[in-house]
Amino acid sequence: MRSAEIQPGEQITRRSFYVGAVYGICGIITAALGLPALVYLLFPPKVKKTGEWVEIGDVTQLAPNAPVEMVFRRNRVDGWRISSEKGTAWVVKHPDNHVVAFGPQCTHLGCAYHWEEGKNEFLCPCHSSLFGLDGRVISGPAPRPLDRYETRIEGTKLLVGPLVRSGGRPA
Amino acid sequence: MKRQWESLAEWLDQRTGLQTAIRQFLYEEIPASSGWHQVLGSVAVFLFLVQAFTGVLLAFNYAPTPGDAYNSLRYILTELTGGRLIRGLHHWGASMMIVVVVLHMTQVFLWGAYKKPREATWMVGVVLLLVTLAYGLTGYLLPWDNRAYWGTVVVTQIAAQAPLLGPYLTRLLGGEGAVGVVTFARFYGMHVLLLPPATLLLIALHVYLVRKHGVAPAPGDERRPPQKFYPRQVFKDTVAIFAAFAILFTMAVVARVPLEQLADPTDTSYVPRPEWYFLFLFQTLKMFSGPLEIVGSMVLPGLAILALVMVPFLDRSRMVRVTRRTVAIAFVALAGISWTGLTVAAARSTPPPAGTAQIDFSAPTDWMGLSPEELAGVAYFRQENCASCHAIGERNSIGPDLTRITIHKDAAWMIQHFKRPSAMRPGSSMPPILLGDAQLNSLAAFLLKLNPDNASALENAPEFALQGALVYQANHCGTCHMVNGVGMKIGPPLNGLAKRETRSWVVDHFADPQKLSPGSIMPPYRLAPKDLENLTSYLFALPE
Repeated sequence: MRSAEIQPGEQITRRSFYVGAVYGICGIITAALGLPALVYLLFPPKVKKTGEWVEIGDVTQLAPNAPVEMVFRRNRVDGWRISSEKGTAWVVKHPDNHVVAFGPQCTHLGCAYHWEEGKNEFLCPCHSSLFGLDGRVISGPAPRPLDRYETRIEGTKLLVGPLVRSGGRPA
Repeated sequence: MKRQWESLAEWLDQRTGLQTAIRQFLYEEIPASSGWHQVLGSVAVFLFLVQAFTGVLLAFNYAPTPGDAYNSLRYILTELTGGRLIRGLHHWGASMMIVVVVLHMTQVFLWGAYKKPREATWMVGVVLLLVTLAYGLTGYLLPWDNRAYWGTVVVTQIAAQAPLLGPYLTRLLGGEGAVGVVTFARFYGMHVLLLPPATLLLIALHVYLVRKHGVAPAPGDERRPPQKFYPRQVFKDTVAIFAAFAILFTMAVVARVPLEQLADPTDTSYVPRPEWYFLFLFQTLKMFSGPLEIVGSMVLPGLAILALVMVPFLDRSRMVRVTRRTVAIAFVALAGISWTGLTVAAARSTPPPAGTAQIDFSAPTDWMGLSPEELAGVAYFRQENCASCHAIGERNSIGPDLTRITIHKDAAWMIQHFKRPSAMRPGSSMPPILLGDAQLNSLAAFLLKLNPDNASALENAPEFALQGALVYQANHCGTCHMVNGVGMKIGPPLNGLAKRETRSWVVDHFADPQKLSPGSIMPPYRLAPKDLENLTSYLFALPE
């Protein structure tokens, strides 16, 4: 028997070496598999930036302070699927020619609001939230102003980009 | 702290018996002769766990239906950080698992460890080998690229040849007439729902049997005191596992797993090849033709499996030292030589990938969207070794990084700069580029398109496409035809040509356009064979 020739103290160090190596190797392998797995699951996908801006209409057609509902189509990237979907924006041209495009949903519970011609307010039919021309809450349960699309004007064309949550963060 | 931990463990043990069970497992007695040669079973179990883990991760981002399967795999490879590594581990893990399982069986065979009373252990092991192969077979289809599709077409056709069972097997594989959505669903179901629990049960049974009979002793072990499984043998197993894992991880990082184009059932030119571990079967099949084909596809493999199962009953001799088992060694040597011979023969007869099969779809393919002029620019960029000074995406190269450089002057400036670098940029050490105006135009057009997002995607444009674009430019095809929205509309646009015509039609059409499309005003083109091939491949690779 080989181990009988080894001194007891030596046997313990050899044993602890074996045990240490087993734990160490298991730890390395767990880390080498676990870290890439976490990165793979938690890091956001590298989304292509092209095609986010889409033309929705002609700014010269807009009358000042008269919101218009504009419908557009754009590609939505959903994981591996790129689908063309309908988008809506309430576009307001202010007298200083500054153009704002609001997202179509009430910030309370996501109902579709509309423009009340006579009252000069946006009214949400669900819980009667009211928003002003600048998107600010006038009354009702809505917690924050209307969300806005990023906008850009090229020549006379109005382009909209991503919808930005009115808190400042992207929706 | 330690005492608290111990009392917790004791509490748990009294209620579940967990600690006792682990202790019994670890302090199992094994023969004194046990050692490095017996590590392979543990390595196989480890690899199975890696496959299960990476498989689950892949499934988190994979849509198991044809079409979506391909797109979601591309999404994993090109959009997700670490996706390429996870797929690499799963792909090479499969190959490695087969290698390790076969080595494990070889070891058991050489040592004669299947002998009484361990016949059942061996036979369960044979079933586990078949299960491992079944994973390879069913997993092969799941990327749903051309390789996967056509490889599976061959498999289903072999299954259809089975005597009596053929039609039923075909129906079971969902391959009624052709490989389609049903086949895909069946293969996916087998790969992820049926096989994994079956493997777990079989492994449990296999390990139970190993434990029941004990690790097979070598002659002389009866005179030596046994050793404990833990920690010495566990240490050896773990070191072997680590070596296997290191190889696997390196393979996954270094060796690219290709992804071909989306499966195209109408592609008649595709030459299917099975995965490397099935090549020997494929070659065996080729040795028989006509009515004898069934010998290669069914009879021989069937007999081989039967022989494997029957090994413990064919060899009933007494246990001897491994070095004295000359017949077993001869068998292994013979099997090894024939396997190698068949595999090499099959690999030699495999034509190099042609045309669109050379495109690596596991990486972004933005180069496909370039105009022929811009793509020809990529060719000049490569031809003139521009990257030796202007390394793409590296700030520390000799010349400026052309993706980030903000000047992006117009084409006219660039062309002057190419001709006499120091005239436009005093002190520049760049040598003048000795190309004609048209070529320099191409190069400038490409550089204008270059940005940090698409640089690597443009860099991996395959050589045939670059050469094809050069031929396209040299022959001024763009004065009549349109590619990717650039060019004229006198002739038909060339995007989608692959869907409209066959390769041979296009090749013949170049030689004599009027013969194939009467009334065409296209002049005949006598191109060198290599140019013709590259141009045709390039045109067939264009997006629709």
